[in-house]
Amino acid sequence: MKYIIAVIKPFKLDEVREALGAIGVAGMTVSEVKGFGRQKGQTEIYRGAEYSTNMLPKVKIEIAVDDALAARAVETIQHTASTEAIGDGKIFVLDLASATRIRTGETGETAL
Amino acid sequence: MIRTLLKGAAATGTALFAATTAFAQETAAPVAEAAAPVADKGDTAWMIVATVLVMMMIVPGLALFYGGLVRTKNMLSVLTQIIAVASLAMILWVMIGYGLSFGGDANQFISTGKFFLAGVTADSTVATFTDGVVIPEFVFIAFQMTFAAITVSLVVGGLVERLKFSALMVFAAVWLTIVYFPIAHMVWYLGGSDEATGLIFGWGALDFAGGTVVHINAGVSALVGALLLGPRIGYKKEIMAPHSLTMTLIGTGLLWVGWFGFNAGSALEANGVATLALLNTFVATAAGVLFWMLAERALGHKSSLLGACSGAIAGLVAVTPAAGNSGPFGAILLGAVASAICAWFVVSIKPKLKLDDSLDAFGIHGIGGIVGSIGTAFTMLPVLGGPGAADYDLGGQLVIQVMAVGVAIAWAAAGAALAFFIAKLVTGLRVTEEVEREGLDLGEHGERAYNY
Repeated sequence: MKYIIAVIKPFKLDEVREALGAIGVAGMTVSEVKGFGRQKGQTEIYRGAEYSTNMLPKVKIEIAVDDALAARAVETIQHTASTEAIGDGKIFVLDLASATRIRTGETGETAL
Repeated sequence: MIRTLLKGAAATGTALFAATTAFAQETAAPVAEAAAPVADKGDTAWMIVATVLVMMMIVPGLALFYGGLVRTKNMLSVLTQIIAVASLAMILWVMIGYGLSFGGDANQFISTGKFFLAGVTADSTVATFTDGVVIPEFVFIAFQMTFAAITVSLVVGGLVERLKFSALMVFAAVWLTIVYFPIAHMVWYLGGSDEATGLIFGWGALDFAGGTVVHINAGVSALVGALLLGPRIGYKKEIMAPHSLTMTLIGTGLLWVGWFGFNAGSALEANGVATLALLNTFVATAAGVLFWMLAERALGHKSSLLGACSGAIAGLVAVTPAAGNSGPFGAILLGAVASAICAWFVVSIKPKLKLDDSLDAFGIHGIGGIVGSIGTAFTMLPVLGGPGAADYDLGGQLVIQVMAVGVAIAWAAAGAALAFFIAKLVTGLRVTEEVEREGLDLGEHGERAYNY
């Protein structure tokens, strides 16, 4: 099993969710996050008071998939979330040690 | 002679004769011959509506306007401060405020009489600007009460995010008594003699709805408070961006709508002058919105919503003294000029100063009030469509307006300093560093504005 963490541009969330659903990813966890990478922040000005924010809002998607699906899932996210500009985000893949469905107690891939 | 639009209450109600005989003699004599005048129902209805419109400017208007501009952790403290000081002003007004401002002849700086509204009944009336026309005294008391309430609430803008709640309440009580009530008397009270008529009113200064009394007064006092309090922790280092410009826009809209009661209501009658003030309050404000945004572009920034809202307030402030003393195009000019000057001060000058007038109470109400009060000398000009007579003396009026502004600035500065000093002795001015960092919502009120 793999645990995939993708940080993407917020407006790409719906597209990515649909594309992942289409290849059989059954669920995901989403959080609104802030961060920075190569894309620097932006400047806001309120009545002449300038604030540079170096943290930009992003969306973090977390999904757990079986090994067979992992490569396709990464590829799907990469294709869908890309605008070919800096700030598109990153995808990280971790080995997943175990998974348990709370309702039934099922474990392993059947729990995904 | 210039047609003076006064708000001084010339008492004509029969119930008042006993209490203020000397005062009533001159003004009431011609009226009394034609039997006691009865208030017109249309005028009365309009003044009731105008009064509650001004109330709407305070809560929720100003509360949301200011509240949106602070950080989330201080939102509730601003809302609380506004509703509390406005309420305090209302109680103080009926106890001593009306008596000290309009209660009866004493001298050029203060009235005395009618404390706790002694002798005022539902039959009492006050004169308006038209001979023989009166309105019920209770509606005049209530209308003027809302002015005192919003003026002290405006001062909060210079003090947010660090002033103790208890200090604000002490300050408000002292400040209303030694600053607001005397200045309201000086600008708007017509007495039975020159010695009893308000000093500034006696000079013939034009202040239709409160450029000096409300805006210069509040703006200068907020400036003094901001200087005495010092800047917020992290000022110019940490991000202090407004937490909700949506709230600020809602507040701006409520203020603008309420301002029709404020300005058009200051005619004290439902008549042509009130409709002139109504129209001027639309167009001067619209010019303010556009010219602040243009000024932002000229200063190399983007045109912003906060700029539009700030420009609306600057335009409203500037047209306040001129509302019935200007034609519509003079009002547009005044709103545009005041807005551009305020924008230049707030956007370009203030960031270079150490001064933390947090929500620009001075930058907009102080500066806008000064520009508007002096500008009213110009908007009277017939060539600008103003209501001045053909022999209107611009130079003479200009001198009077500048003198009025000078007195208002000096009185407000000295009185506010004293009021803050007393508050400091009684309660201390600033919250602890810990409370300031944590937010005044929890530290001062034990609540949060938002529980998601």
